[in-house]
Amino acid sequence: MLIISTGNKAVAAAVKQAHPSVVAAYPITPQTEIIEQIANYVANKEIETEYIPVESEHSAMAACIGASVTGVRTFTATSSHGLLYMHEMLHWAAGARLPIVMANVNRALGPGWNTWAEHTDAFSQRDTGWLQVFVGTVQEAYDATLMAFRIAEDERVLLPVMVNLDGFSLSHIMQSLDTVELGDFIPPMKLPHAIDVNNPMGYGPMTGPADYFTFRWDIERSMRDARDVIRETEEEFARRFGRKYGPTEDYLCEDADVVVVSMGTLGKEAEVAVDILRKEGIKAGSMRLRWFRPFPDLDLKGKEVVVIDRDYSFGFGGVVAASIRAKTGVECYNVIAGLGGQEVTYDDIAGFVRDRKIGEEMWFGVSE
Amino acid sequence: MSEIPKEEYIKTCTAACAGCSSSLCLRYVLKAAGPDTVLVIPACCTSVIQGVYPNTSFNVPVYNIAFAAAAACASGMSKAFRSAGKKTNVIAYAGDGGTVDIGIQALSGAFERGTDFLYICYDNEAYGNTGMQRSGATPLGALTTTTPGGKGEFKKDLDRIVAAHNPPYMATACSSYPLDLYKKVKKALSIEGPKFIHILAPCPPGWRYESDRTIEMGKLAVKTGSWVLWEREYGKLTVSGPSKAAMKNPLPLEEYLKGQGRFKKATPEIIAKLQQALNKNLERIRKEEEGIC
Ligand SMILES: Cc1ncc(C[n+]2csc(CCOP(=O)(O)OP(=O)(O)O)c2C)c(N)n1
Ligand code: SF4
Repeated sequence: MLIISTGNKAVAAAVKQAHPSVVAAYPITPQTEIIEQIANYVANKEIETEYIPVESEHSAMAACIGASVTGVRTFTATSSHGLLYMHEMLHWAAGARLPIVMANVNRALGPGWNTWAEHTDAFSQRDTGWLQVFVGTVQEAYDATLMAFRIAEDERVLLPVMVNLDGFSLSHIMQSLDTVELGDFIPPMKLPHAIDVNNPMGYGPMTGPADYFTFRWDIERSMRDARDVIRETEEEFARRFGRKYGPTEDYLCEDADVVVVSMGTLGKEAEVAVDILRKEGIKAGSMRLRWFRPFPDLDLKGKEVVVIDRDYSFGFGGVVAASIRAKTGVECYNVIAGLGGQEVTYDDIAGFVRDRKIGEEMWFGVSE
Repeated sequence: MSEIPKEEYIKTCTAACAGCSSSLCLRYVLKAAGPDTVLVIPACCTSVIQGVYPNTSFNVPVYNIAFAAAAACASGMSKAFRSAGKKTNVIAYAGDGGTVDIGIQALSGAFERGTDFLYICYDNEAYGNTGMQRSGATPLGALTTTTPGGKGEFKKDLDRIVAAHNPPYMATACSSYPLDLYKKVKKALSIEGPKFIHILAPCPPGWRYESDRTIEMGKLAVKTGSWVLWEREYGKLTVSGPSKAAMKNPLPLEEYLKGQGRFKKATPEIIAKLQQALNKNLERIRKEEEGIC
């Protein structure tokens, strides 16, 4: 069914169809609309979900953990400081191998207070063991949320999944949304280590170095297996519902001399920039990174690469650029842009490509 | 004690210190709760007592959660069990630190939301797990590793904080009175909604007394009126048997303090302040029971 929706409402619509048993959540701008919408679904009895309006994000994730380990589907949503406040529990959820799905509406971090888009919140959770996908459109926010449940709950994965969408520039804008008849796309959740009072076990007790080490390796092994699960899930999604996704969304990359790598909504701007540059005779392409964890294999050999980081690791560099250098060995021009909601247009992106200085870093709009 | 079941849910060999009363309490809690029970425990002595993976000393599922998160985790678990049509008891079993300090936000939230669970705080009046630092529940004058001159502040009044949430059932207990504890857990679990039991749990290394005096120590706490046993059902307070006598004719407070190394630096002024606070507390309980306040 074709409707008009915000990014937030699209996430909520997907959650409604995936039908978690428990949603525990705490409001924060610009995520709030997601959980309000879910609260409405529950109040109107459109879904039979236990909605727990907790007193903090730390408790939101703790409640999801407590619910998930009984073997039921769970969801929460947050943003920015809410995500940071959850940090401890994010490690816990992944370490406990619980397939919790969370939407994170990417937002800058204070001080100063800023409610607009930036990816530093999600990247600062990089090492928690969560899968992370970044979406670029309202449609994709919906599709990725549906797929997130299936991927998280696959027995080869059993890790939590974070669906990231840019604050305001995606969470609050309206685009057309084609909802699907879900059918049996998401099978019932089966948690092999669900609590069973007839088989009492200790969950997460003190663990010596050898067993602990094995548990960490198991997480990494599942991260690796997750690549297959993601691919299979995206392929089946395409077969059933006709929309294709992959680890990256590539636009005119194949014959490109220079490729712009970006994430989230800037990826769509980059595609327009590529069209402009092509008209000028510059063979440009756009690669929007969708999956950040597990990090995809990227084929950038022989290309000049311009990486736009909507984030920063202080004292080091842009996180995406660093990841690409480390994984591909390809040098890049690292543009830091869009922090705290800074406007970055397709014209700006075309300018980054024209003025590229491979090997350097540039803070867009900052004068020395 | 013929009504207490023979079934044991704690194995005979655990990592608890000799004379640990909190594990003794847990033994009776689990006997009262029975096998359809899940324990949620934050970081605390109990997470050590439970043993090292892949072994466990407990015969019910135990869910370990981060220090601040016991009540919130139990909230989610209780909702999930109920939504699946299961009556399984969800019991958060947390130390005083995990309750009065870092966990109080989650505790307050879960009680305010009316979560159907039992929260038990076993109060050894310090952070046992990390080696006896002060907690908000450490009494005035007590030595801990972070209050080497004696704590300068009074014990936080956890019960009045919890009472402000108006739970349908709350009670105090003490490890030296296991039958009283057993009955209170049974009653608590028969009631729907958030229940709270605060257990005084003497701790030999923390309180600095010989490990064979644990039962005596708890009895002295009650007999001096330092610790009052009561229950409050739907707002109605009743003083429990062992404290009834103590309230009429309490032993001198010094009887309780003198056997504990942690009070060895407590001056007569500190002891007078403790006595004053004790008297005030007894007065308040007396009045509440008589319906005066
Ligand atoms: C966020 C966090 N801070 C600190 C700790 C370290 N820690 C573990 S247990 C504990 C004290 C527990 O004291 P209490 O709750 O009184 O229980 P007891 O150990 O006395 O049984 C502390 C400080 C932790 N696990 N997590
Ligand atoms: S430190 Fe105290 S409470 Fe902790 S195990 Fe030892 S005796 Fe028990």
